[in-house]
Amino acid sequence: MSTEQSTTAVATGDGAPPPTRQRVRESHARGWSGHGAGFLAKLAIMALVNALGVLALWSAYLNGSWVIFGVLLALLVVADWVYFSKRPVPLKYLLPGLAFLVVFQLFTIGYTGYVALTNYGTGHNGSQQQAVDALLSQNEKKVPDSATYPLTIVEQDGELGFAIVEDGTAMVGTADDPLSEAGDATITDGRVTGVPGWEVVPKNDVLSDPALADEVLALRVPISDDAADGSIRTGDATIGSVYRSVLEYDGSAGTLTNTDTGVVYHATDEGQFVADDGTALPVGWRVFVGFENFTKAFTDDTYSGPLLRITVWTFVFAFFSVFVSFFVGLLLALVYNDPRVRGRKVLRTLFILPYAFPAFLSALLWKGMLSANPDYGIVNKLFFFGARIEWLDDPTLAKVSLILVNLWLSYPYWFLVCTGALQSLPDDVQEAARIDGAGVWRKFRSITMPLLLVSTAPLLIASFAFNFNNFTLIYMLTGGGPRFTDTSATLGHTDILISMVYQISGVAGGRADYGLAAALSIVIFVIIGVISALMFRRTRQLEEVS
Amino acid sequence: MVTTHQSPVMASNAAVRARGRRRRWFLEVSWKYVLALVVIVYAAFPLVYVLSASLATSGTLTGSTELFRSVSTANYEALDSTKFWTWAGNSIVIGLITAFGSVLMGAAAAYAFSRYRFAGRRGGLTGLLIIQMFPQMLAFVAIFLLLLSLGEVVPALGLNSKTALVCVYLGGALGTNTFLMYGFFNSVPRELDEAAKIDGATHAQIYWTIILRLVTPILAVVGLLSFISTFGEFILARVILTSEDNWTLAVGMYGWVSDQLQANWGLFAAGAVIAALPILALFLFLQKYIVSGLTAGSVKG
Repeated sequence: MSTEQSTTAVATGDGAPPPTRQRVRESHARGWSGHGAGFLAKLAIMALVNALGVLALWSAYLNGSWVIFGVLLALLVVADWVYFSKRPVPLKYLLPGLAFLVVFQLFTIGYTGYVALTNYGTGHNGSQQQAVDALLSQNEKKVPDSATYPLTIVEQDGELGFAIVEDGTAMVGTADDPLSEAGDATITDGRVTGVPGWEVVPKNDVLSDPALADEVLALRVPISDDAADGSIRTGDATIGSVYRSVLEYDGSAGTLTNTDTGVVYHATDEGQFVADDGTALPVGWRVFVGFENFTKAFTDDTYSGPLLRITVWTFVFAFFSVFVSFFVGLLLALVYNDPRVRGRKVLRTLFILPYAFPAFLSALLWKGMLSANPDYGIVNKLFFFGARIEWLDDPTLAKVSLILVNLWLSYPYWFLVCTGALQSLPDDVQEAARIDGAGVWRKFRSITMPLLLVSTAPLLIASFAFNFNNFTLIYMLTGGGPRFTDTSATLGHTDILISMVYQISGVAGGRADYGLAAALSIVIFVIIGVISALMFRRTRQLEEVS
Repeated sequence: MVTTHQSPVMASNAAVRARGRRRRWFLEVSWKYVLALVVIVYAAFPLVYVLSASLATSGTLTGSTELFRSVSTANYEALDSTKFWTWAGNSIVIGLITAFGSVLMGAAAAYAFSRYRFAGRRGGLTGLLIIQMFPQMLAFVAIFLLLLSLGEVVPALGLNSKTALVCVYLGGALGTNTFLMYGFFNSVPRELDEAAKIDGATHAQIYWTIILRLVTPILAVVGLLSFISTFGEFILARVILTSEDNWTLAVGMYGWVSDQLQANWGLFAAGAVIAALPILALFLFLQKYIVSGLTAGSVKG
């Protein structure tokens, strides 16, 4: 309605002589002749984008994050080209969304694929050099008869550091920043007593605060960027000694040698240092493992059994969730599409209440209501006479509960969709069928239903895809439980694929296996891709794209 | 039986018909009210229950199985001693910015696809349709790792940053919204643009002053749907926001009741009522528009 009004308003305005005919028609991207304010706004935004971009570029350069540097640079150049050149008009509208889409969706999908082919996870977190550094520092020992230094504990923004005096010069460093000369420090009696920008922590503070003392004792300040040089540590907060790793790294041979025991660890293709007797050092690095994660998912006993059951349940859950709620929604829509029923608007509003309630709250609410203990669970108490029905702790009942709760959550949607579709069905076809003597059932089966499915089929498939990944409901209502008893993996009878990925990924804590989790994500991608392709074929939605 | 002398046949016919109508009404319509009552109880019962539990005096679920046995505002007052309001603020800020950004980006993209013919347009539309099929949350591992390394360069875009979460949500803005808007933009007559162009308007003027005003209804629907879905999003928020002060309501309130033994249901119920009421009200008021938006594409369940 408002569209029509505005349309006519603009159309009548057309009749008036155009006021700015004499104006040179040039894009405001080029100068002031267009819309001055718009140009200024754009200039300001682009200045801001460029400033932030250059700042981020500089930071990436300092960090040596070359991939991020490259992507940022490309984005910045493209943005400036698009908004200051005259030609790429459509891109001016597409670029902001496209940039976010490329970085946070396309890239992450691609990156998922990459991670799936590596052994990324706990124990394999970085490059080989990082693994070596970590191993060297983890195996440090006090160097016998080494020099000791008078040591002062300093603090900057909550980060502790050591200040030592070596040959009369003051050196300051923290766990992240190796020792470096602090020329303007004050030295009294051969001990650092003040460093500009740093706060000296009195020794008594360390003695009286056990937590601080632990932190000081655990602190290691590298002597230089090279982890092999060792670090400064202290045992009493006043004297610093040199600690050096018992491991020795030979970069050209790719070996770590334990100088105490003489054991040699060789770098392997699996991204670990392994000795001849098979013992491996705990920190490894990330390597390309090909399809190992995929084979692991399907063959490792810990995962393969659950994977199969979870996949089946994911399909069952998604199918029944959609089917049951569609059926109920359709039934209600048919029943209340009757003009003889008064107050249908009020009824409709009451019917869709669950839909307007945020889904995550509903799931948690039902979790409380379905609690087995009748003292807690109102469903058992009110509707089952206080019986102790384990809605969420029995494998089968938990599955039924999930589908019933999902019914509560989503029948209103189908009720609304079907009501809308029913009301837009042409009357004449129904009328013709009635005259031809079709009964109610026949009319429904041969006319209403097929016509209804034309408009609802894409939504049914979209809903299936949604429920296929309905993480929130599963995680909040059952948390995947009850647990499987025949596997060590923390997986359960009601886990669906996406919650399985979540459990395995370890992003919430615990042992992480990003590689395996990413591989399972790819499996889900493929399943969804196949479903979508079938859907495209059936509904030929692509043809609407003109 | 109650016949008159004047026209016995007609009168009895009318009576029979009236009785028949009544019987038919009774058979065909009355049960619909009974069924409606059942459905309403099913739909509303959990909501009544959560309201009752939020008003109960005890914090656990014990005793809250009797509806409205006691009425007190203790649970609501107790919310002040939790981080509830911080989380609510986070949810609202993140939701609003995401909704606003999604609308801006989606509308701009829809305008480009609807009004311009350029190389890669068809491919772009098809691409978006395909990308739409792959929900972002499936790539949460990669998103987690991406933010981990991004945070070393730009701390504001690292893990535990609300800005980063918004950026991730905006990454999905085009895929979910462009089609919804694209159809609507196509329904705005092209003659308007052409008339304005003849009058000397630039493409930016046409877009900001003509098109955007005409498509306001769909902008409102998309913004609202985006806000509601952001408000309830859980997995990405949970993975990205690690410190309690940055949590959203979905992440924070999950923590209250995730452990059955230590669950604080009174707090949860009070929080749920507060969190749900604005959305419930918004939804019921704007029912008509939301429904049209829903049937056009987006799906909740």
